[in-house]
Amino acid sequence: MNNPPDISQDPKEYEEYAHGVQKHVRAYLMVGALLLTFTAITVALSYVDFGTRKANIGIAMLVATLKAGAVALVFMHLAAEKRLIYRILIFTGFFVLGLFWLILLAWYDYPIFK
Amino acid sequence: MEIPYTISTRPDTGLWNAKVGIWLFLASEVMLFGGLFSAYIFLRIDAAPGMWPHGLLNVPVGTMNTAILILSSVTVVLAWASLKMRRYRAYWWYMLATILCGVIFLTVKLAYEWPQKFEHFGAYIKPEALGKYEKYLGNERRTEKGLEPRIEITGHLHSQNAKEYEVALDPVNAEPDNPAMDRPHFFPLPVTDKIATIEKEDVERATMFLPTHSAYFASYFTITGLHGMHVLGGVLVFIYMWLPVSKRLYQRNPEHLANRVEVSGLFWHFVDLIWIFVFPLFYLL
Repeated sequence: MNNPPDISQDPKEYEEYAHGVQKHVRAYLMVGALLLTFTAITVALSYVDFGTRKANIGIAMLVATLKAGAVALVFMHLAAEKRLIYRILIFTGFFVLGLFWLILLAWYDYPIFK
Repeated sequence: MEIPYTISTRPDTGLWNAKVGIWLFLASEVMLFGGLFSAYIFLRIDAAPGMWPHGLLNVPVGTMNTAILILSSVTVVLAWASLKMRRYRAYWWYMLATILCGVIFLTVKLAYEWPQKFEHFGAYIKPEALGKYEKYLGNERRTEKGLEPRIEITGHLHSQNAKEYEVALDPVNAEPDNPAMDRPHFFPLPVTDKIATIEKEDVERATMFLPTHSAYFASYFTITGLHGMHVLGGVLVFIYMWLPVSKRLYQRNPEHLANRVEVSGLFWHFVDLIWIFVFPLFYLL
């Protein structure tokens, strides 16, 4: 989804522009409703036994990732951003994955995990 | 001196400067919270059986706060869209709604959720004394069913002297063999009037539900505290943008205010995004 374009001073063009922004507003409201629904689903799923706690954690994190994705793509306009922003985020993703990778290293290094 | 590229885009980046700035800041925030979340994973994997508590937080209140934060994310993006359409009155109301949502979130956290924890008491029993308190722990049945052992007795601290604690028990310790107590409840059960006497020499450590209670509460208070400070920061910025001083900026240059709202909105959505992970990790799992 694109950001609303810049506003025009011409009344007729403004009308079209406002109509375009209204479309975005509808999308924001729909995503908001979707996020609230998924919150209810997250709570409900936590009371379902999926066999192991690991399975429950995995499913809850999957739903949380979907919700976070909706916030990032629509509310934060990441669905259509300039290239520089994506570059910043690729670096961030690389470093944050590296950070979590350290836990994996510790898993093999630290006797209490075995 | 005029600050360059507040509205027009910089030729080399294709963006106005504040937008690049906020994304770089959010990148550093990802690393900050990433460090804390990895510490959470570390502490949780490291927790001995029975040492990572479940069901101690108020799920309906947490769910309500999650909904409030999502609602505020919607209102702030609507506030920005209103500015884009040059509807200041609508912007003003949406911004007020956002501020109120943030204030409600913080009030619930600081005036209700946290104080409730500070009043709750838990005593971890020494491994050699667990049998003595079997009637409050129900570990024989739990071992048979392959469940984690209970090693803590919780409730409200009724009284204490040099030798013992008297605790009004939580239902989980008042009826430890009731299968309904094997899983956390959606609505928190009130403390019972059943009093247990716990000898201090049998206690490994006893404390209120403070960061010193366990790795769980240490990470809970650290992460929700830092998140709360972000909410407070966002609310303060939004108040500034809601006050008449910002109306003057709107009259001078509406697009400048819209851009300011957009970058502070990006920060607010990030705060919402963090909570989306905090809520299930601490309240539900």
